[in-house]
Amino acid sequence: MLQIMEGSHAVAEAVRLSRPEVVSAYPITPQTHIVERLAEMVADGDLDAEYICVESEFSALSSCLGAACAGSRVYSATTSQGLAFMAEVVFNVAGMRQPVVMTIANRALGAPLNIWNDHQDSLFLRDSGWMQMYAEDAQESMDLHFLAYKAAENYDVLLPAMVCFDGFILTHTYEPVDIPTQEEVDSFLPAFKPYQRLDAKDPISFGMYATPDYYQEFRYEIHAAMIKAKKVLREVGQEFSETFGRDYSELVEGYRLDDADVAIVAIGSICGTIKDAVDEMREAGRKVGLLKIRSFRPFPYEEVRTALSGVSKVAVLEKNISIGSRMLGAVGLEVKDAVGKQGADVYSYVGGLGGRDIRKRDIQKLADWAEQGRNDCFFGLREELL
Amino acid sequence: MTGEEKEYFDAGHRACGGCGPALAARLITKAAGENTIVVASTGCMEVFSTPYPETAWKTPWVHSLFQNAAAVASGVEASIKKQGRSEKVVVIAGDGATFDIGILCISGLFERGHDVTYICYDNEAYMNTGIQRSGATPYDADTTTSPAGKLSTGNKRPKKDIPAILAAHGSPYVATASVAYPADLMKKVKKAINTEGPCYIQVHTPCCTGWGFDGAKTMDIGKMAINSGLWVNFEMEDGVVTKAKKVKREPVDAYLKSQKRFRHLYRPAENTEEIAKIQAIADNNAEKYGIDIKMPDKN
Ligand SMILES: Cc1ncc(C[n+]2csc(CCOP(=O)(O)OP(=O)(O)O)c2C)c(N)n1
Ligand code: SF4
Repeated sequence: MLQIMEGSHAVAEAVRLSRPEVVSAYPITPQTHIVERLAEMVADGDLDAEYICVESEFSALSSCLGAACAGSRVYSATTSQGLAFMAEVVFNVAGMRQPVVMTIANRALGAPLNIWNDHQDSLFLRDSGWMQMYAEDAQESMDLHFLAYKAAENYDVLLPAMVCFDGFILTHTYEPVDIPTQEEVDSFLPAFKPYQRLDAKDPISFGMYATPDYYQEFRYEIHAAMIKAKKVLREVGQEFSETFGRDYSELVEGYRLDDADVAIVAIGSICGTIKDAVDEMREAGRKVGLLKIRSFRPFPYEEVRTALSGVSKVAVLEKNISIGSRMLGAVGLEVKDAVGKQGADVYSYVGGLGGRDIRKRDIQKLADWAEQGRNDCFFGLREELL
Repeated sequence: MTGEEKEYFDAGHRACGGCGPALAARLITKAAGENTIVVASTGCMEVFSTPYPETAWKTPWVHSLFQNAAAVASGVEASIKKQGRSEKVVVIAGDGATFDIGILCISGLFERGHDVTYICYDNEAYMNTGIQRSGATPYDADTTTSPAGKLSTGNKRPKKDIPAILAAHGSPYVATASVAYPADLMKKVKKAINTEGPCYIQVHTPCCTGWGFDGAKTMDIGKMAINSGLWVNFEMEDGVVTKAKKVKREPVDAYLKSQKRFRHLYRPAENTEEIAKIQAIADNNAEKYGIDIKMPDKN
């Protein structure tokens, strides 16, 4: 059923349809509309879940962890300061291999305090062992939740997943969304079957401590599971496409890339603007295309390499900065590694931090800069303030 | 005696001989029985009882972090409630995890009213990291971060009153207990898990290594604490003290002298001024909880 709705409400709808048994979250802008809507659903009996009104993000994720260990499908959502406050638990959930799904309404990290969008918050937890998927629009924000649960709960994976979507740009914007029926979702995402759970009838210990004789193997296994998650995500994506008719069979999406000389690479909602900019550049006779990366962890190296095999220049648009890094941003580092030494030249350009607007002309500039071989660039900087 | 035969905390753990917390774990799980899920915090007990791939726990057990046992327990409780299961959820956490770093999560659990029994094993310092002071460390105790020295007589502050704080959250049942009185401890654990809502028990668990005494004397030290009035075993129901263990009080001296953490109060000379302050703490406890056994009037 096609309905015009706010991005946050599309996510709440996706969560409801995924039937979590325990929801635990703490409000923070721009995530609030999701958790408010879920609370309403529980209050009205539209979502049959325990809603834990925690006193902090730290407890939100901790209680999700406890509930997951006890055998429930769980859900949380946060952003920015809330996610940073959870950081210790974020690592712990992955280490304890609990398939928690959490929405990140991407927002800049302070200081200075800023409530607007960039990708610093989720990317800062890049190495935590969570899958990270980035949505372009409300529909994708919704759909990725179904994929996230299905992949996270797969016994070859058993890793938590963050579904990231851009604060305000997607959370607070109204778009048409095709909402699947409960039956459709149920057939794609069956009830949660925990791999192991806390159970007095079959007592086991969770979250023990490990000496140097054992610790490293645990970390290796998380890594190996993340690599396996690529295949699983493609499979569940394929299955999703067959059920719902929207194609998620690949972890990347190319736009007018086939005969392109220059590729712009990005994650998240900015891909929409880039598509328009690409169309304009194409009209002006420039061979430019877009590569949108949907899954940042696991990172689809092979698909990125293949997609970029024909281009000579790659401009990576970064809404994050790895302070002091030569590649400037987290996305560019991965893309450069994926493309390899023989491939295209990869440049990463930082912009849009703390909600700074990115326009089509900015994107044209990135294509120009990549053609000129310029590196180490911020775009949209207000030089007069420096 | 208590009558329970089954053990849920196995002998094969790696605690120091005479460890008060290990004894507490055994008594608590024995009292709680098999239909129990234990949630733990990082600390001595977690480390000595679960070195992978071994575990001393025969009930389901989960540990996540130092400070989040109460929040994890909230989730466990919500989950089993949703599934219609009947297990009891019991947190067993150290004093550092309870008094200091975990208080945010504990406050949340109690305010939300989860049906969880939170038990703090109070060995009065952070033992796992090498005996640093916590909010539970008694006045003048020598720890590695409250060392006695030329200008210091040890820990500067009295114990934080967590039982009162949790009672003020509306907890239906708050109690203190001691491993030196096992039957009383077990009775209180049973009462707490059978009381609906968030209950709290703080168990005095002497730590031979951290306090500096012979591991054979754990029970004696526990009893001395009670006899001095420095530890009071009491129960609070709906915020009101309903019971406190009466004692024929002895001066605090014997208790202080029995442990290395108070040795500086007697060397090179007896620090009468500081000992008098500690005595005043005991006197104040005795007054507050009415624990003094009054000798019958001879006339
Ligand atoms: C956030 C965080 N800070 C510090 C530590 C280090 N740490 C682990 S256990 C512990 C002290 C535990 O003390 P307590 O709760 O009293 O338990 P005990 O060791 O005495 O049994 C500390 C400081 C940690 N694990 N996590
Ligand atoms: S240091 Fe103390 S608490 Fe830790 S195992 Fe030894 S006696 Fe027990």
